[in-house]
Amino acid sequence: MIAVEDLVVRFDRRGAPAVGGVSFAIAPGSTFGLVGESGCGKSTVLRAIAGLIPGHGGRVLIDGKPVPERRDKPFFSRVQMVFQDPYGSLHPRQTIAAQLAEPLRNLGLDRSPGRVADALVAVGLDPAFQWRFPHELSGGQRQRVAIARALIVEPQVLLLDEPTSALDVSVQAEILNLLTALRRERGLTYLLVSHDLAVVSHMCSRLAVMQRGHIVEELEVEALRARRVTHPYTAELLAASEAYG
Amino acid sequence: MAQPLVAVRELRVGFRTKAGIVDAVRGVGFDLGREKLGIVGESGSGKSTVGRALMRLLPRSAAVRAERLAVCGTDVLTASDRTMRDIRGGRIGLIMQDPKYSLNPVVTVGEQIAEVFRLHRPEYAGKRAAREATLSILEQVKIRDPERVASLYPHQVSGGMGQRVMIASVLAGGPDVLIADEPTSALDVTVRLEVLALLDELVASRGLGLIFISHDLNLVRKFCDRVLIMYAGRVVEALAARDLGNATHPYTRGLLASMPHIHEPRDPLPTLVRDPAWREPA
Repeated sequence: MIAVEDLVVRFDRRGAPAVGGVSFAIAPGSTFGLVGESGCGKSTVLRAIAGLIPGHGGRVLIDGKPVPERRDKPFFSRVQMVFQDPYGSLHPRQTIAAQLAEPLRNLGLDRSPGRVADALVAVGLDPAFQWRFPHELSGGQRQRVAIARALIVEPQVLLLDEPTSALDVSVQAEILNLLTALRRERGLTYLLVSHDLAVVSHMCSRLAVMQRGHIVEELEVEALRARRVTHPYTAELLAASEAYG
Repeated sequence: MAQPLVAVRELRVGFRTKAGIVDAVRGVGFDLGREKLGIVGESGSGKSTVGRALMRLLPRSAAVRAERLAVCGTDVLTASDRTMRDIRGGRIGLIMQDPKYSLNPVVTVGEQIAEVFRLHRPEYAGKRAAREATLSILEQVKIRDPERVASLYPHQVSGGMGQRVMIASVLAGGPDVLIADEPTSALDVTVRLEVLALLDELVASRGLGLIFISHDLNLVRKFCDRVLIMYAGRVVEALAARDLGNATHPYTRGLLASMPHIHEPRDPLPTLVRDPAWREPA
């Protein structure tokens, strides 16, 4: 469905690249996890795919076709992103309705009020939420709005950047369940970036472990669950996660 | 048990807001000995407010009441500001979540630690004595090159090293009680492991009492001796950390169930259905 080939991102011409040649391919309808610690480049990969980092090297492919350097409307109608922090990713002075209508306007799609209400219902919120502002919502409700905003254009791929790490565990469980249900209903493909191996193990069928801008190991989730990992860094990450998790 | 390091009875904290008084803590009580006590709860449960109340660090908008609120025998509610200045740092120290925000960005790491020595430890009041003590305590928090690190500014050190520096600066005051408020939540898992091991070793070797405030039940269950579970400003359950698996309160059980596990997939994750009755005393 979506693949990257030899993706390279450099922020500093002289230093080591932030992402030094990363490749993977995600099967349609599955969830692929990208895990690693701060600074390993996992979020940078996601941002580069979304077109937020101009001038990256390598190729991003959708259905085998490379996407344009400057991401266009057809790209954004198929690929949408959900950010980590629902406090930072919603506009504080716009109603939820206005924020949900924005991607529709950008892509020249039908903006009937029913569409906004349907998008809220799909993520388990009352349609009346559209008249509220973000500060009137809890963290979990905001993340539902962020998911609704990504899904309102009916994309096929969601890029999820640590979608639950700012949330309490009980709220995290609700959002993870919601994402799983939406993927099954709509046949969505997810690329999930997370530092949390438990979340990745719960959500993904395959995952790649990143360290210093490179993928050190790519494995099936069954192998992770059974501790059949080959790279020493994956083993270290697993041991550290198990020690207090 | 001898006199506890910290004694709390019927602690209540309300915040005055435009919308009226918000009760953040509603009747919390516990004793702390030379042990590791975890306080666990979700955002807004009041766990951090309990820690702040013990140090009298709450803003003026907070109304604090308690039958007893004592640190090392001193009544925190009635102590003078002067006494509280000695107690804060000298008897009870606070380790916060993120060293990026809690260390002074324009003062070197070494100078920040030396300041604590000069303020709280008369024997290190001299400039040279404070500096030597600083280097020694940096070594005790396992910093390999104390001379170099002491001369750095907070933005020049990594998250894990920043947290070691914060632990060093808190220990410099020679406290008996440590409050650690989410001390490892901002750290990567591998670094978190090292910082927790260090904290564990220092608490044991110095015989301190530790109040470990966290949202992470799994971490607390393995790190602490005893756990208080807070919900809506009250302690709904208190138990030995090793007994957490046998917790009886539906909130505790719900929290434990809602966490994903690496090795035991469950689909869907059980979610918490909050019962209004949890807000009231059992």
